Amino acid sequence: MLTIISILVENKPGILWKVTNMFRSRNFNIESISVGVTVDPEFSRMTITTKGDEKYVQQIVKQLDKMIDTVEVRRLDEHKTVYRELILFKIKVSKASDSMEINKLASAYGAKVHDAKKDSIMVELTATPDQINAFEELAKPYGIIETARTGVAALQRSGA
Amino acid sequence: MENMIGARALMVALEKEGVKEVFGLPGGANLPMYDELYKSNIRHILARHEQSAAHMADGYGRVSRKPGVCFATSGPGSTNLITGIATAQADSAPMVAITGQVPVKMIGRDAFQESDIIGMSNPCVKYAFQPRDPSEIPEVVKKGFYIASTGRPGPVLLDIPKDVQQNEGKMTFPHEFKIRGYHPWTDPDIANIEKAIDMLLSSEKPIILSGGGVIISSTFPELQSIAEMLMIPVVTTFKGKGSFPENHPLSLGPIGMHGHAEANKLMVEADCVLAIGTRFSDRSIGTFEEFEKRLKIIHMDVDPAEIGKNQTTSIAVVGDLQASLRIMVKMLMKKAIKQTEENKWIKHVKEVKQYWRENLKLPKGEMTAAKILRKLREVLPKEAITTTEVGQHQMWASLFFDVIHPGTFFSSTGLGTMGWGFPAAIGAKVARPDVPVVDIAGEGSFNMTENSLATSVLEDIPVIVFLVNNSSLGMVAQWQRTFYDRRMIGIDLKNCPDYVKIAESYGAQGIRAQSLDELGRAIKAGLKSDVTTVIDIPIDPDDDVLPFVAPGTPLKDMILPS
Repeated sequence: MLTIISILVENKPGILWKVTNMFRSRNFNIESISVGVTVDPEFSRMTITTKGDEKYVQQIVKQLDKMIDTVEVRRLDEHKTVYRELILFKIKVSKASDSMEINKLASAYGAKVHDAKKDSIMVELTATPDQINAFEELAKPYGIIETARTGVAALQRSGA
Repeated sequence: MENMIGARALMVALEKEGVKEVFGLPGGANLPMYDELYKSNIRHILARHEQSAAHMADGYGRVSRKPGVCFATSGPGSTNLITGIATAQADSAPMVAITGQVPVKMIGRDAFQESDIIGMSNPCVKYAFQPRDPSEIPEVVKKGFYIASTGRPGPVLLDIPKDVQQNEGKMTFPHEFKIRGYHPWTDPDIANIEKAIDMLLSSEKPIILSGGGVIISSTFPELQSIAEMLMIPVVTTFKGKGSFPENHPLSLGPIGMHGHAEANKLMVEADCVLAIGTRFSDRSIGTFEEFEKRLKIIHMDVDPAEIGKNQTTSIAVVGDLQASLRIMVKMLMKKAIKQTEENKWIKHVKEVKQYWRENLKLPKGEMTAAKILRKLREVLPKEAITTTEVGQHQMWASLFFDVIHPGTFFSSTGLGTMGWGFPAAIGAKVARPDVPVVDIAGEGSFNMTENSLATSVLEDIPVIVFLVNNSSLGMVAQWQRTFYDRRMIGIDLKNCPDYVKIAESYGAQGIRAQSLDELGRAIKAGLKSDVTTVIDIPIDPDDDVLPFVAPGTPLKDMILPS
């Protein structure tokens, strides 16, 4: 099961490294990670997704909480959370109809099309990891040249 | 606000923390600190290797329950500290390690004696600071001592670039500070303490497993009251050895790989365990699965991350152990619970204990591990502090040296660092000059830090090294005999060096004891001596430590002497 952990940390050099080093040294695994400064420049927010059973996730949260540089560690319930990831796809265009089909696919997923060339097309999609994976499956037959993915950013809904 | 250089501010800040002694070695990148140390009232104790300086600070910290301080220079000075820091981390010992670093502008350029000690030490420190401006030093020291000594204690590293030591800054020495992400204390969990009492009272075969946390928090009278009021037998982890008087009728001694036979036997029979201040180390409990399958576990610990790390618990009580146990004692008193009646379980416990105390087969001969360690116990005052090295002698000490005064026995139990015991004994003696300090050693371990003899003699810190000498890396030899079909390699130390001569060459007293009478006299001579005494005690190199629970096997499969 996908677990989303939201961590508020001091915005100081080396904290990202310390957090990821803790994952490494305790034999935990990071599925995705995104980091950015918050409105208050003293803090950054890290969003880490991971997969594992309850015991495993509990240990991750406890070990994160134990770290002195983490100010707040929250495990987000995916049903009470808005979580999105941004991905850029560069997709191959082999024949004229490909371009039209990819455009259709993109619009079905609410994705934006950039840099449409004769032999390739770039698509920007912001969605949940599941939706991104579904899109990827559908785009595969055309040939995916390369992708860049940001990792999940997440915030709990108000009152949730 | 005062203007002063960083190194001066460091000394002022250390003095404000009550630091009287530091253990260390100077070098290029910490010379400004040493220059200010020269002008301060703090005593410098010169180690001969940074690892030993760290172990000394560790020994000092465990005994005084205040952070021990060690100094080292950059590069190799700091990397040499790492084993000592990791040892303190594994055993939750309070320590502040202060290293010199190359100047800020040189960091990252592979300068001479530059090492990324912040990076290297990360997994084995509780926290690390690298102030980049002299004016940060007062607050960093204050925070460092606070972090090292509160909650679950541990080592803190202060890595101070040379220019930050040398340059002037405007210094404010704060009384208050905030660390937003650090909450070492949680209020005792009263509801769960109540539930724990009910669970213990409703169990048929309850047992207390007392860990190192009881020693760290010095919660001895509370533990004893609980055991006596509820009439529950007490086993300990090896790190918790001596958290409960080992001559007490309810004491069964340590469990684990080389636990007492009666302790392992009864641990296996118990149906509910009150585990206090322990992380359920593999060495203590054998196999995790086997343990939790059959036991209701009540786990009390200051560190929330320990709950459920190695064992699934029925009831968790997170919080300072002393506070939690005091509440438990009060609740028991209020409920007027006093199990005076000898119940079936306690009767059985006493029978099992008596059986194994009388019937455990021991090797024959005069100078056996059991006999020499019992001799030491007989001659040594009960308040004396003992440390150990790592290996067979350590486990024999666990089996045959009873700790009567709680909190007087210390060992590198987590990391298992050979060479720890002697410098730690020196640190312990600095913390407690009023009591004798003995390092129960093996010659393989002692060999690793024996040059601390220079420190002990020249700095006038006399201790006793009780050298159980089987002229081999005995524990490795035992595993080769047991698991590798006696293919003996890399274990024979061939009686080299001669430890009596080694002691004498450093100006210490060296005595060889070849009978129990000689040993008794040697210990007495050591207790009277103004200098450190090394008692070299040759024993049979073929002796194994038994009982023995093979790694990865459950306690019930304990191998007993045949």
